[in-house]
Amino acid sequence: MSSITKETVCYVADLARLYLTDEEIEQMTESLNKILEFEEQLNSVNTDNVEPMAHAVPLNNVMREDVVEESMPIREAMLNAPDEVEGFFRVPRIIEKD
Amino acid sequence: MDILKKSVLELRELLDKGEISSREIVQAYIDRIEKTEPKLNSFVTLTFEEALKDADRADEMIRNKTHTTLTGIPIALKDNISTYHVKTTCSSKMLENYRPPFDATVVKLIKQAGMPILGKTNMDEFAMGSSTETSYFGPTKNPWNLEYVPGGSSGGSAASVAAKQAPLALGTDTGGSIRQPAAFTGIVGIKPTYGLVSRYGVVPFASSLDQVGPFARTVAESAALLSLIAQYDKYDSTSLNNPRPDYLRSLEKDVKGLRVGVPKEFFIDGLDAEVEQAVRKAVKALEDQGAEIVDIELPHSDKALATYYIVATAECSSNLARFDGVRFGHRSENTKDSVTMFKHTRAEGFGPEVKRRIMLGTYALSAGYYDAYYLKALKVRRLIKEDFDKAFTKVDVIITPTTPSTAFKFGEKVQDPIAMYLSDVFTTTANLAGIPALSMPAGLSSNNLPIGVQIIAPSLAEEVMLSTAYSIEKALGSIGLPELEV
Repeated sequence: MSSITKETVCYVADLARLYLTDEEIEQMTESLNKILEFEEQLNSVNTDNVEPMAHAVPLNNVMREDVVEESMPIREAMLNAPDEVEGFFRVPRIIEKD
Repeated sequence: MDILKKSVLELRELLDKGEISSREIVQAYIDRIEKTEPKLNSFVTLTFEEALKDADRADEMIRNKTHTTLTGIPIALKDNISTYHVKTTCSSKMLENYRPPFDATVVKLIKQAGMPILGKTNMDEFAMGSSTETSYFGPTKNPWNLEYVPGGSSGGSAASVAAKQAPLALGTDTGGSIRQPAAFTGIVGIKPTYGLVSRYGVVPFASSLDQVGPFARTVAESAALLSLIAQYDKYDSTSLNNPRPDYLRSLEKDVKGLRVGVPKEFFIDGLDAEVEQAVRKAVKALEDQGAEIVDIELPHSDKALATYYIVATAECSSNLARFDGVRFGHRSENTKDSVTMFKHTRAEGFGPEVKRRIMLGTYALSAGYYDAYYLKALKVRRLIKEDFDKAFTKVDVIITPTTPSTAFKFGEKVQDPIAMYLSDVFTTTANLAGIPALSMPAGLSSNNLPIGVQIIAPSLAEEVMLSTAYSIEKALGSIGLPELEV
């Protein structure tokens, strides 16, 4: 495990789709380094031949019959839309015009 | 008659005899909230009008004899539990005006039972914090001493029950968010076995760790609420489909011969002497009633916090990806293109602690670091669970302190994430292992703050956890409720 640089913080912020100010990048680098230092202790645990455990209870697929059930009305689904046009969520243009 | 001092079970009797109405109970709690709320800030949203209507419906159910144990008893809900058309903010700017188009399954159960909902309680933003100081709406105060935090993240729910603003409340617990505030405010809080209570409609933080659970003043009252919410739910794919007992009936079970484990790893250097003393007293109370006390080892528990902060933040970074300003929640004015809109929406909508955890989780899952952090943490998680499996071959329940110290003051830890995280040092193990744990009051410190003791049980062994707690409660007596001057 290594310490995290400002460049890495910017890269991770981009992955997380999070805009950070220069000041936030400074603070984030400092606090993430402190936390990662704290995380170093996991290195001292011998985990050879230990299977990772993502969930504490065994999970199985839950199946059901493929039958039509009542679904959420469109007006309910659109209730919180920041920008709505005729039952659609409007977002900034993704594909540029020719 | 002082309605606020009556237990839920006493109110049930009075309701059934027709000596009181649900409307009178709800009105008494509304009056109390109006008086105390300016000092405490336990709630984000109050729903008095609807609560009174629900009370009238409950009174009708009682008249028609279609009522159940909690019909007519009011409740407060943490603000990350979806309520149909009633704001569910997670104490975040991101969801400041969000009104869910559906009820969480636990809310459906509460409405079906005829429990009036008084309001939605304050919390750390998206349940990330241990003091309510990360709430966008300002912190909740501890009713025992207004200079101290109530704990978190479910601090509003805990404070509301301790301050008699509500007889019962629901919270969520991902790493201690029910038990730590219960300890800090001197009440009972339960994190059930993972999968016992539906998570459907609960805004997720870390999906493999989150559980909904009750807050109450006493063990019996918490058992009554657990019985109501512990139902199989087809809308939660991790819901366990096994029979649920009536937890109220399991309380009286004798602790004679019960094997009680005391793990040496929880009695560490940083443990407050008064907290240790209180826990030892609770253990002694069980021994006096014929329980057998066994020294046990949970050798990996000192690595639980470091494991937790990788697992929880990794899951949170994935769960919180949904907040992009497209379908609900805050949207930035900066909409030059989609990616800019996402980045600024999230920058404006999330507070510093949420951003920090998203960053840590994204880093731990990113190419090149996945094995070193996330995969490593999942392996240690298994070792932590195996420690418990081994311990529970020797003992029936485990007793520990809930927190290393009593409540801390506002501002004391907010600048230092590690210091804040350390207040969860004893609670994260149960979430990682998926097993039930409860915090109950075990005494008061010399500066008049509550001390919590934690009882941990094997998977689905809520009954023995509750009967053990009930025995301790009977032996130690009540610490009472805070004298809040209004």
